[in-house]
Amino acid sequence: MENIAFQGLIGLSLAMYLWLISAGLTIIFGVLGIVNFAHGSLFMVGAYLAYTFYGQMGLPFALAILLSLLGTGLLGFVMERGFLSRIYGLDEAYQLLLTFGFILILDDAVKIIWGGVFKIPPIPDFLDGAWPVFGRSFPVYNAFVIAVGLVVAVVLWALFEKTWWGRIVRATAADREMASAIGINVPRVFSGVFVVGSMLAALGGAIGTPVRVAAPGIGAAMIIQAFIITVIGGLGNLKGAFVSSLIVGILSAYGTLFFPVFELFFIFVIMAVVLLIRPQGLFTR
Amino acid sequence: MTGRLSPRLTTLVALIVLALFLLPWVAGRYPVYLTMQILVLAVFSLGFNLLFGYTGLLSFGQAGFFAVGAYACAKILLAVPNLILGIAGGVACAGVAALLLGILSVRHTRIYFSMLTLAFGMMIYSIAWKWRDFTGGDDGLVGIPRAPLEIPGIVSVSVAAMDRYYYVVLVLSLLAILVMYRLIRSPLGLTLQAIRDSDSRAEFAGVPVRKYRLVAFTIAGLYAGLAGALLPPLENTVTPPIAHWSTSAEPVLATLLGGVHAFAGPIVGAFLFFVIKDIIVRFTEYWLIWFGVIVVALVIGFPGGVMSIFAGRSRPVAPRPDDNQPAGGSGPSETT
Repeated sequence: MENIAFQGLIGLSLAMYLWLISAGLTIIFGVLGIVNFAHGSLFMVGAYLAYTFYGQMGLPFALAILLSLLGTGLLGFVMERGFLSRIYGLDEAYQLLLTFGFILILDDAVKIIWGGVFKIPPIPDFLDGAWPVFGRSFPVYNAFVIAVGLVVAVVLWALFEKTWWGRIVRATAADREMASAIGINVPRVFSGVFVVGSMLAALGGAIGTPVRVAAPGIGAAMIIQAFIITVIGGLGNLKGAFVSSLIVGILSAYGTLFFPVFELFFIFVIMAVVLLIRPQGLFTR
Repeated sequence: MTGRLSPRLTTLVALIVLALFLLPWVAGRYPVYLTMQILVLAVFSLGFNLLFGYTGLLSFGQAGFFAVGAYACAKILLAVPNLILGIAGGVACAGVAALLLGILSVRHTRIYFSMLTLAFGMMIYSIAWKWRDFTGGDDGLVGIPRAPLEIPGIVSVSVAAMDRYYYVVLVLSLLAILVMYRLIRSPLGLTLQAIRDSDSRAEFAGVPVRKYRLVAFTIAGLYAGLAGALLPPLENTVTPPIAHWSTSAEPVLATLLGGVHAFAGPIVGAFLFFVIKDIIVRFTEYWLIWFGVIVVALVIGFPGGVMSIFAGRSRPVAPRPDDNQPAGGSGPSETT
């Protein structure tokens, strides 16, 4: 019994990485109407930048994370302003193909810059160690990840629901032509949202580096899981993304416990079941 | 059937086919090997483009069916050394896999469809990688024989020599191309194009849209399976990377290079793909980054070029009932 509760906690911390990456994917889709295939690659870039700033240059952990967010945000800005914005008028297949081109470029670029092997910086001292939970030791770092994920959830909710900026973004998402007509600078909103979404992915990657390592393939692995989550939660639905991150994270932790070989397969089964009974996603009205 | 082509084009096609049949006499081992790779990718991409160019569904998971074809063929050849059985079995298994996953995938269209196919493709990758007892895990299956073409008790033709196996690949690929050419012009092919242009109009005309999409998905899976099944006897080994999404990328790249809307696009693209790759790998092992640059350049530089016809036709006339448009997601094409 305690084993099961403990594994649930492990799953909760796993869910937070999934939440951070699918939150970015979701707000970018909700506002720009674009599915960023390269979103997992931004997660990966965030992880590698954190490794460079923290593991190699020895900057303080918090500063290193901040810098990797800014770096990835800048990359997102270039992707949106330099490329995506040129093809908003075209069929969405082009947008998928363009972001797909970004995956190919970023995956190889990472190998060229950081080499093909994985990188893992040490866990910062103040987050190292473990707490006794349910008779076992729960790593402090996992608790830290859970806290970050929950803070991001609250901040995003407050930002979208309570602030002037959030109202502008929601207005743009609802009707971009009308938003433009009442004087909202739509291209700027688009860039801002894309940059914030990129930074959310980078945050997931950056705080994951000390425990989940930075490796060339993590972008592809993460985007697949993020896609599964958005299929379950309903694309463009932030609340759905949060709840289905929790479901997938916790269930896959149990999957590792009960069927270790087929952990990933187990998630696909969940997705297939959701598709069969509620193809529009569990949380879409 | 070539009566529909102009005389000049017919001559060109005939000359290319003749050259392909004569190739092993005039060229060395490497060009023959490369030509087989091109033919396999051409078959693979033709199936992909039946979905993308002709039905309007962008799949990122075709490598899954490619791998099912390859693994099934390898398993059969390891048990029963009969090439006919191996290839037919590979194609059949891929078709069944495509039918089953297609039932789930065609419940969605557009972005959702692309995401789903990617996820299902990676599901097959995870099976190939993790189910060690059956697939050999990351070592893959090795020692796959280039078995003879055999009808037990009647005839047995050895194709163990590379040049002989080349003719197996060539004949099957040409047949697959011919069948696809007929298919595109058949009532089935025209119905698929009608669905691509406007699925709501097709629906009003009484076309069971989802059923047709499933048919297209299954045919694409059969083509991916055939392409995959041709590979193990050639390479004598099968490993999980052939199921990875970067393998799904190959028909996407080939089709983009050659042109989405021309029938020969995927075939020409498969040729360009290997020629360009062959040149790039002489200079660097990072050839995917250059393909990424090519994709970005094609999409940004020629949005009105190769794919413009596709884009113009596929834009929905009105919001469609089965779109699954999520909350807040206004279509990106609204600004035009």
